[in-house]
Amino acid sequence: MYKQASWNESVIFTLGKSGRVGHILPEVEEEIKATIGDLKTAVPENLQRTTNPNLPELSEVEVARHFIRLSEMNYGIDSGFYPLGSCTMKYNPKINENLASSPAINMIHPYQDESTVQGILKILYRLERWLAEITGTYEVCLQPAAGAHGEFVGTLLMRAYHKFKGESEKRTEVIVPDSAHGTNPASAAMAGFNVVVVPSNDDGCISLGALKAVVSERTAGLMLTNPNTLGIFEKNIDEIARIVHEAGGLLYYDGANLNPILCKTRPGDMGFDIVHINIHKTFSTPHGGGGPGAGPVGVSKELARFLPVPRIVFDGKHYHFDYDRPDSIGKIRSFYGNVTVLLKAYAYILSLGFEGLKEVAEVSVLNANYLLKKLKEIKGLTLPYDSEKPRKHECVFSAKTLKNETGVSALNVAKRLLDYGIHAPTIYFPMIVDEALMIEPTETVEKEELDHFAEVMRKICAEAYTTPEVVLKAPHNTAVPRLDEVKASHPRTMTLSWRMHKKRKGKNL
Amino acid sequence: MDKHNHPYIPNSQPEIKQEMMQEIGIDSIDELYVDVPEKYRLRKSLNLPKALSEFEIKKHVEALLSKNKTCDNMPIFLGAGCWPHYVPAVVKEIVQRSEFLTAYTPYQPEISQGMLQALFEYQSMICELTGMDVANCSMYDWASALGEAARMAVRVTGRNEVLIPRIIHPERAATLQAYAEPAEIKIQQIAYNRETGQVDLEDLNNKICDKTAAVYIENPSYFGFIETQVDEISKQAHVHGALLIVGVDPTSLGILKPPGDYGADIAIGEAQPLGNSMNFGGPLLGIFACRDDMNLIRQMPGRIIGLTTTTDNSKQGFCMTLQTREQHIRREKATSNICSNEALCAVASAVYMALLGPQGFRKLGETIMYKANYAIHLLSKIDGVKAPIFKSAHFKEFTVNFDGAKSHVEEVNRKLLKHQIHGGKNLSKEFPGLGETALYCVTEIHSKEEIERLAEALEKILAG
Ligand SMILES: Cc1ncc(COP(=O)(O)O)c(C=O)c1O
Repeated sequence: MYKQASWNESVIFTLGKSGRVGHILPEVEEEIKATIGDLKTAVPENLQRTTNPNLPELSEVEVARHFIRLSEMNYGIDSGFYPLGSCTMKYNPKINENLASSPAINMIHPYQDESTVQGILKILYRLERWLAEITGTYEVCLQPAAGAHGEFVGTLLMRAYHKFKGESEKRTEVIVPDSAHGTNPASAAMAGFNVVVVPSNDDGCISLGALKAVVSERTAGLMLTNPNTLGIFEKNIDEIARIVHEAGGLLYYDGANLNPILCKTRPGDMGFDIVHINIHKTFSTPHGGGGPGAGPVGVSKELARFLPVPRIVFDGKHYHFDYDRPDSIGKIRSFYGNVTVLLKAYAYILSLGFEGLKEVAEVSVLNANYLLKKLKEIKGLTLPYDSEKPRKHECVFSAKTLKNETGVSALNVAKRLLDYGIHAPTIYFPMIVDEALMIEPTETVEKEELDHFAEVMRKICAEAYTTPEVVLKAPHNTAVPRLDEVKASHPRTMTLSWRMHKKRKGKNL
Repeated sequence: MDKHNHPYIPNSQPEIKQEMMQEIGIDSIDELYVDVPEKYRLRKSLNLPKALSEFEIKKHVEALLSKNKTCDNMPIFLGAGCWPHYVPAVVKEIVQRSEFLTAYTPYQPEISQGMLQALFEYQSMICELTGMDVANCSMYDWASALGEAARMAVRVTGRNEVLIPRIIHPERAATLQAYAEPAEIKIQQIAYNRETGQVDLEDLNNKICDKTAAVYIENPSYFGFIETQVDEISKQAHVHGALLIVGVDPTSLGILKPPGDYGADIAIGEAQPLGNSMNFGGPLLGIFACRDDMNLIRQMPGRIIGLTTTTDNSKQGFCMTLQTREQHIRREKATSNICSNEALCAVASAVYMALLGPQGFRKLGETIMYKANYAIHLLSKIDGVKAPIFKSAHFKEFTVNFDGAKSHVEEVNRKLLKHQIHGGKNLSKEFPGLGETALYCVTEIHSKEEIERLAEALEKILAG
């Protein structure tokens, strides 16, 4: 069985010894010092730092060991299976890391003269074209730093578009399905819209009747994930697009689930006006424990004028930045995007080409449905919403029966999976499924691993019926046993920094 | 490529696929796509590149990248929101550890203690540097952090005006505008003193009122000088019931007073210089910190990691906290939409801060200040050059004006390139009132020889 490293690794502030240092800076030349004189006189007196920051004092060796030990108490794609639904945790090819750590990309400044950065500009320009081709959009902007950042840009574009048409006062609502990821309503609200929720039908798709009922001249747009977070393709997409467009709204595509339809169908062809892409999902760039990712946005021709500046243009010979876009929404961050992440996506697309990307989609769907078939046979788990229908890249099971019959919840199943060296699926999302377990294997998992996972799930559910306490108290094999997350967020015990810890020491922790 | 056997797709072998399809009870994978309307099924090929082998990709990408000129090839005196600093080898080593690199957000804390502890340590060290109590574990960058800080101040105070200095990075100002406009936040600029560049206190006094949600200042300023009237500004803001938001370059905090010490309620900034490469401007790493005050903490954007114990109280551990502020639970009422952030960059910064320690930070600040001021010293001696424009102490960046030499920045920079030197950022379009001015940046990586080479080259160029 699995056993994760469990170091008793103290918080870094308690390590080291006064006077130690982990890195030496180049010495300032004596002549410079002599010329400038004492810095005490150079720094305005009232702005001088009088007490050193209370940082730990460690040698390089100690720092290295500390963080390496921490890394051993962490789990990534390279550690094992990671069926985290909607997050598309696929294998991160190593060559991409290699290329992205080249000094030729790490050591260039965003304001360098264009003549000195033609290489990276060409890469970014081509990547924009490829992503436009893959999504069926007209122009792509690489700047957003993550999916939700792309959503923010997308909803700002909606705003700009309606303003341009003189309808911004009127178009105040963005429609979001109840199965949508939380970032969708949050982004729409950030862009100043009221969020209108539309429910799903028994088949897991948006209810057309409900959609018709909420669409109006107030509709600025609809945000949709397709396939949706249940892994179900919105088969009425044609009708949905018609309803929204006829009402004068725009259709927004949340690209977190683009993987299963790569080169099979395109959001742009389905009528989506704005599309974001999670580079850190579909295009295999690592999530880095929560980022950096990248969330490029593609748009139809009508909306291209509103994209953030600068745009990368090619004059047939050289690449340039174009800031001269009077209708642009302006800037949503500094510079041009998370360039190293984008470079990895460039290499990934090159490694697969059209046929390979299609294969990615097909095998991700094959894997999901294969796994679904095996999991359906497990006592305690049910597959809500049309259980006969194929899913796309992911499937959402409910552990409600299991919980009712044994007391073991989706959370407990998730924790127990960790004991077997498998990362837990996404749980309690989408919110419309009770005791949800959202499982996405991706195309990078081999059949043997899928079989193994199904077998472990079967074992855990059996344990729930026979020895529930084992599951209820899981995990047992991770760096630490179950954590008290309530205590962590409680105002009385909340400790969000070492400073706060010292201040509150002796109170409750 | 043999499409049936791709190294990233283990089940692409036809026999395996066949076996799996049989298990599902289908004859072709197309049956899994029946719900995609026929008219939307892609029947043509797309205009995408031909698949290449790993070796070919390496050759291709390296050939393209070799067209870039790096700061290893030529000294670069550019800063303005992304700065050249040395990244110690051990930082790179640790962020390449695949247990960190290939992990997702630590939703399962028991198996993600490493990332959680590293992020808690990042937060804690940011607090020590900035003099604040709570930091989140990253924003996309300084600019978006400013946008979120303004929105947070508006939520906390229930007011809707934010005052910012006139001297601020235009990209940062534009980003702030994009974040503020939908929330109907009014942004107003405070004038600067023409001689010193410092915030014009009289103008601040005229503009601040009971609608002011926050006063924002930067230290050092976009033009690199140190803002010294922080106590007055802080007092003004607080007397009027507004929050003080301070933007910082953390490399200055070994020698400059931290914002917490002069009453900042929210501190933001850019942590790219702490262990992250320039990478052509991305990824960056936005700092976001605030005081220990539940009214502030509850309104903070982004993820926050906290210290806790195991449920059996046997061990200390870490997990994400206060998720009820976030979009998974609060949806349209969340404090922000930020989900994936810049976690790995934060780990890099944690390692960097741990390596430097208090002594290192002091040394870093001093080294930068010495070298930048040496550059100022040499440049200001050149005929027709004014460096810096403002009579204030400068930290790592400074303005260089060429009006006296009747030269355009663009032309000077073009000629500097011929000397294999990258000049400063052209400010003449952003701040036309300053004439032909560039913003130069000098850090610990610039050697005395490089600074002297710059001065000599400028002298030659301006002499004609
Ligand atoms: C369906 C969906 N939409 C949007 C997002 C937000 O993307 P990001 O975390 O990159 O901001 C996610 C990621 O969790 C998602 O699963």
